[in-house]
Amino acid sequence: MTARTHRETRVVGGIGESPIRPDGVPKLRGEFQYAQDLYAEGMLWGSTVRSPHARARIRSIDIAPALAIGGVHAVLTQDDVPGRRLFGLEHPDQPVLADGEVRYWGEPVAIVAAEDRETARRAAEAVTVEYEELEPLTDPEAADAADEVFRRMRIRRGDPQARGSVVVEGYYEVGMQDQAPLGTEAGLAVPDGSGGVDLYATSQFVHVDHQQVVASLGLRSDQVRAHPVGIGGAFGAREDVNLHIHLCLLALYTGRPVKMVYHRDESFTGHVHRHPARMWYRHEVDADGRLVRVEAKILLDGGAYASTTGAVLANACYFSVGPYRCDSVSVDGIGTRTNNPPCGAMRGFGAVQVCFAHESQMDRLAAELGMDPLELRRRNALESGDRMPTTGQRIETPLPTREVIDSLEAMPLLGPDVGERLPGGSGLTTEPVHVRRGIGYALSIKNLGFSEGFDDYAQARVLLGPEGVIVETAAIEVGQGLVNVLAQIARSTLGVSRAAVRHVDTSRIDSAGSTSASRQTQLSGGATHEAARRLRERILSHYGGDDLDDEGVWRGDTLVAPMPEVVAADWQETVTFRHPPTEPPDENGQGTLHADFAVAGHRAVVDVDPELGLLRVLRVDTAQDVGRALNPESVRGQIEGGIMQGVGLAVMEELVIDQGRFRNPTFTDYLLPTILDAPEVEAILIEQDGSWGPFGAKGVGEPPTISSTPAVVAAIRNATGRELSRVPVRPQDIALSETVS
Amino acid sequence: MIVSFRLNGEDTSFRVTHPASLLDVLRDELGAAGSKNACEQGECGSCSVLLDGQLVCSCLVMACDVEGSEVVTVEGIAGEELHPVQKAMNEAGAVQCGFCTPGFVVAAAELFQRNPTPSRGEIEEALAGNICRCTGYGAIIRAFEGLAGREAP
Amino acid sequence: MEALYPTDIDEAVQAVADGMTPLAGGTDLMVEVNFRQSRPERVVSLRRVRELAELDGPRIGAGVTWRRIEREGPRALAQAARTVGSPQIRNAGTIGGNVGTASPAGDGLPFLAAVDARIELASPTGRRTVPWEEFFVGVKKTDRHPDELITAVVLPDRLPARHEFAKVGVRNAMVIATVCCVVTRADDGRVTVALGSVAPTPMRARQAETMISAEPYPSEAALAEFARLVSEEVTPITDHRSTEQYRRHAAGVLARRLLERCLREPEAA
Repeated sequence: MTARTHRETRVVGGIGESPIRPDGVPKLRGEFQYAQDLYAEGMLWGSTVRSPHARARIRSIDIAPALAIGGVHAVLTQDDVPGRRLFGLEHPDQPVLADGEVRYWGEPVAIVAAEDRETARRAAEAVTVEYEELEPLTDPEAADAADEVFRRMRIRRGDPQARGSVVVEGYYEVGMQDQAPLGTEAGLAVPDGSGGVDLYATSQFVHVDHQQVVASLGLRSDQVRAHPVGIGGAFGAREDVNLHIHLCLLALYTGRPVKMVYHRDESFTGHVHRHPARMWYRHEVDADGRLVRVEAKILLDGGAYASTTGAVLANACYFSVGPYRCDSVSVDGIGTRTNNPPCGAMRGFGAVQVCFAHESQMDRLAAELGMDPLELRRRNALESGDRMPTTGQRIETPLPTREVIDSLEAMPLLGPDVGERLPGGSGLTTEPVHVRRGIGYALSIKNLGFSEGFDDYAQARVLLGPEGVIVETAAIEVGQGLVNVLAQIARSTLGVSRAAVRHVDTSRIDSAGSTSASRQTQLSGGATHEAARRLRERILSHYGGDDLDDEGVWRGDTLVAPMPEVVAADWQETVTFRHPPTEPPDENGQGTLHADFAVAGHRAVVDVDPELGLLRVLRVDTAQDVGRALNPESVRGQIEGGIMQGVGLAVMEELVIDQGRFRNPTFTDYLLPTILDAPEVEAILIEQDGSWGPFGAKGVGEPPTISSTPAVVAAIRNATGRELSRVPVRPQDIALSETVS
Repeated sequence: MIVSFRLNGEDTSFRVTHPASLLDVLRDELGAAGSKNACEQGECGSCSVLLDGQLVCSCLVMACDVEGSEVVTVEGIAGEELHPVQKAMNEAGAVQCGFCTPGFVVAAAELFQRNPTPSRGEIEEALAGNICRCTGYGAIIRAFEGLAGREAP
Repeated sequence: MEALYPTDIDEAVQAVADGMTPLAGGTDLMVEVNFRQSRPERVVSLRRVRELAELDGPRIGAGVTWRRIEREGPRALAQAARTVGSPQIRNAGTIGGNVGTASPAGDGLPFLAAVDARIELASPTGRRTVPWEEFFVGVKKTDRHPDELITAVVLPDRLPARHEFAKVGVRNAMVIATVCCVVTRADDGRVTVALGSVAPTPMRARQAETMISAEPYPSEAALAEFARLVSEEVTPITDHRSTEQYRRHAAGVLARRLLERCLREPEAA
């Protein structure tokens, strides 16, 4: 290769680096625009009338008192929905506005638009709805018995007669967690003056919002444009439509821009939640600790409408054994329909619930066998080339389960000393003498990208022009740093340092799919990578060059086209990227259902005051399978943030439901971890080539949340000897329960 | 009624007709949307501002009560250059979705003005009223330990 | 909308008597406003009233913030102050607000009960002070007449030699009390124990007090009996934050631990 100075000048801000994110400064200055921050000339404010009952028949709706208030421009009910009156991510089963019966507490019944926020709220309160209350169905087991289900899932694999010498049975529950993104649902719809509308609203997936708005408004596809906007976090809460159709209805009805921002209590009812779960497990192992058979029954309550319950349930079943080999598996899953608030996507998507159960089971097996819990997991570690214990799929991509276990085991166990960070915090409840320390481990596995034969793709466009490299996409930046990593991929692939991401609306680019399932780095990243690769090839071939960098196109030592000349032409490539195809499950839940997998492991160190049941999660160390870390700092951000949510589920986060109603839909009572609840995190990133993501990258967003929860609970058990079969673990679960064995 | 106060060093006035919060007035009337509304009950700190030098939640300040007072919002923290707390957060990767960020900026600016070399415990106590849902706080703590001249372990 | 910004106490008292809503830190009132449970149209702001901000020995002005009490208040009250909400809340919220709201979970209230504080109220016709147990009459219900303003909390001239506060909450900061407790111990061995979040109002566990006050050097068995009596005397409920059973249990544990702290040599400053 010719020695040449510029060959040593690497692209700046490429993959493997952690450049400062482009949206950092505007966010720090308070200048970044979120959906909540959008204002338009002549804008009205919208508000929503919601059901105060978990189940009721609507006898009448009187909108006259609301319309009589000065400044009120519209009060709309389901009769005002011109198109399809139902919406839904998988099945359109949810009324845009109540259809004569309300099926959950907080269900939208009517919407209003008025001159200002205050008038809109007053108008919503003035709408008089007469209800006939009906008995709500709120117990998921009763719903199962009554066959009120969205999906039943059945997995049968291997010899049902296989029997081990040690058997452990357990029952586990997971409470309802909320994504609680800090930005509540918000948006602005602007009529275009010719019957169409532009929507700027909180979303994880603008193209699917677009489809649903088009259907319910009865418009042509090209009359609605959904624009990506700044959102304050997502974690699954923004996959489903909530205020999107409402805003567009009001904007088209009034001919004015309409804005809506949910209040926090409204946000709690306005988006779906993590499914609460009840799980029955039976594990059988041989004397050496090898899994012989796993049986499970998994009941997830979907609440009143389908949302993604079918897919979440399936995922829970597929990952119900964890990252372990087992040739005899039987799983039955039930996703019930009740009058509880609807549940759907949240970070971990079904894998979270079952991980708590299967890891609790693994620890109990280890105790029965008198074996080290990590050794038991190592003996059963699922690896590339093995078959998934549930679906029978052969795992083709790297799966470093063993490396995860070995790394966790090798990580030094660091402090702090007892007493430095006492349970009870500023409450001064606890002294070092009251404290017992526990250590716990857990492992998880989850799919990456969409599964079960879904046509999962992402489109991206890479342009090279006077502004440098631009990556155009409709993929939503939820905070994870997609605006950084797509630019990094473009830089490294093209060889040009100046690159940025530009979000474009649904009319200007095809779908990027949802920012969920840990998929955008692989999917939109894959599209960006391929588009940049093709663009580079075209440019090189056009100028007869062999290299492209910040200076331009080179042939050997000669700069054949300086960058200003190159960018004068209009270079662009648009690519739709698909991951390896998957297929739907057969009647036994078998098949090549998933495109890729990731494993992770966590080790938690917890100090507990057993007498009061108070605790402090001191450390959660982790080893995670990341394929390749394209932006190590963003990966660490995902890991630390995901662990915090897993810790939250383990010890404090739960929406308490009573007869279909939330008891705690506020930040006073739905407790999110504070900085004083945050553990120290040491992370080992396990990089292995072979995934189909760009440069071998895997998705990294979900695994940190999945096994951190059972690791924390295992540590509490280790400290206290309590059984703890339910999360979140409450003080009374520790303080008032008996020690087992 | 008309209320007059100083906002980020500028004489400002606004009209209120109901017991609106300072947060709503800042965002809806005064074009200062940097302060964020996430809980409306003082449990998240996203709307933190300085009221006569005291760190408070603007969602819990009745707008009419700022009469004659001095209010500094996130928009008033930086000049041309970022404030050191902003610079530290930016470089430490402490910003993800960014919704909590303005509140952390205001709270941290107040902390470092009082105490330029806070310990880890002092940082945590000062920021215990600011919820972040994305970062798990690790990068935020690293940013401010670095700024305090204490390297994170 | 109408608002007054008096600096003089008499003006503030008159405004309240005229039916204006008193606004101090706003940390309770504005939550009600934001959640549309309250819509005051005439407001008298108290934060400029000089007298209310005075913290002078046993008399704590109603407008004194938790932030100041954290630094300047007596030990157990300062400990309680440090657990009130967040730094932002402590900068705004006042002791008078805590007293006026009279939440069963009010973090500052067990201390007032433990030391037998009095609440000072003013109306245009004069001032009166009310013992704490007459002032707190129910959940968020007090003896304040509509034309009265809470002007101060008056502590006894001499506080017991030892007093300690602790609070159980599910989070390590910024949390509503599941149970909170203050134990005091005088040099003569007399013990008081007051608790919050275990009854409609702050309460004293009098039987436990009597029992343990008779034990100058309490044995292990006496301490256990003390904890048992506290658990028995409290009257908590089960709600979404906790259960009756846990609150009873935690009340006893806290009271015992705090008494043990009171019995120990004081920590070196």
